[in-house]
Amino acid sequence: MVAEGDIDTLLDDIYRIHGYDFLNYSRSSLIRRINRIYGMDKFPSFAELRYKVQTDPEYVVKFVQELTVNVTEMFRDPHFYHSLRNNVIPYLASKPFIRIWHAGCSTGEEVFSVAILLKEAGLLHKSLIYGTDINAKVLENIKKGVFPINHLKQYSENYIASGGKEDFSNYYTANYGQAKFKEELSKKIIISTHNLVSDGSFNEFDLILCRNVLIYFNKELQDCVLNLLDNSLASLGYLALGSKETLKFSVIAPQYRQLNSEKIWRKAT
Amino acid sequence: MEESNLKQPAKLIIIAGSAGSLTILFELLPLLEIQPGYSLLIVVHRKSDSDSTLFEILKLKTNNPIIEIEDKQSLTEGMIYLAPADYHLLIENRNLFCLDFSEKVNFSRPSIDVTFESAARIFKKDTIGILLSGANEDGSQGLLTLKQYGGYTIVQAPHTAQVSVMPDAAIRLNAFDKIMTPAEILDFLNTVQEKLG
Repeated sequence: MVAEGDIDTLLDDIYRIHGYDFLNYSRSSLIRRINRIYGMDKFPSFAELRYKVQTDPEYVVKFVQELTVNVTEMFRDPHFYHSLRNNVIPYLASKPFIRIWHAGCSTGEEVFSVAILLKEAGLLHKSLIYGTDINAKVLENIKKGVFPINHLKQYSENYIASGGKEDFSNYYTANYGQAKFKEELSKKIIISTHNLVSDGSFNEFDLILCRNVLIYFNKELQDCVLNLLDNSLASLGYLALGSKETLKFSVIAPQYRQLNSEKIWRKAT
Repeated sequence: MEESNLKQPAKLIIIAGSAGSLTILFELLPLLEIQPGYSLLIVVHRKSDSDSTLFEILKLKTNNPIIEIEDKQSLTEGMIYLAPADYHLLIENRNLFCLDFSEKVNFSRPSIDVTFESAARIFKKDTIGILLSGANEDGSQGLLTLKQYGGYTIVQAPHTAQVSVMPDAAIRLNAFDKIMTPAEILDFLNTVQEKLG
């Protein structure tokens, strides 16, 4: 176990030397993650972990990737995607061009889910989906559109539960334990690293998804990031959060109206 | 929301379980009077889709205020809290819950170990952990941690459990201060106020 004072030291090193700012992340979650890495990488002492973090930039990239949570799935929370499919996507149809930002998209399973929704609504040809994450490494597979095949059964079930009517296997080709999703989906996806804590707004979007990212931030940082998302959202645009996240107590709440019981809000002005 | 004007609980009681634990909660809740000074947190393994049927049922079983936790839910005294489906539940500080969607622990999310360990870190000796019936060993390690931090730990008597894998594991680790039948657990909870004094 890493002592709590040492956690502060480590976060301070990572910020000072490498520029990754975790100081306003929820502490309880960070402590778990750091202890997990400490155990996995079998450090004999905190001093050795600290030395590694101070001196090995390649290790820091891996460390940051393990520190942030990269657990996701296609059509995660099918009822959310059902609502997105029926209550949001149709309202984007009248736009000449549709811009979507998935902030903190991790390995991109949900980015492809949104691409599939757009395809089925006949809107993919005039859409662009920006998928961003703090970790460059997790983004690599998105461009290739390749996902491990062992989860596809679950994804297919999620897809059907979200109101999908097609044969899900039409969207990919299976090969050597991997599923390669169709190029017509991946060519509408732009990926880039983006750190919600330190980077600014880079475009204006009609729909922003930021699901299960804010839960790792403390209240102050949540408000900063929500301001960033708000500044990046067109008027009457949609903001979608994770199933246990809420705008309710946030600084931007007054300008937003929740659609229904799902965690989707529409910007009023 | 952080509401510093509301009183934080002096003690946190966590009641947790898996297969066979819901029947006990359904029997306990109607007979339970939550007093000021503490709060009760329920962590049970449940279906991963986030429908809130369980919450609706529990709400009908109790006259005490009950909340299904969302991100950054404030933690105040005199309440019953339910851990949501498909997230790990952490205690950020004595006033605040926090959620985490990381890898399953012991094939479970929420994992009882994760919540027990997090509560131990924040509430230390001011935690009471109760581990009920269940079909896997999640919770036993966390209960041990709780005990090591000075918390008071209770395990449901295995012969009264529908599935005794969970209580058996905790007993094997010697993670308990007391083994109790469901009736004794109810009596303990209803008189906990006096014991706290």
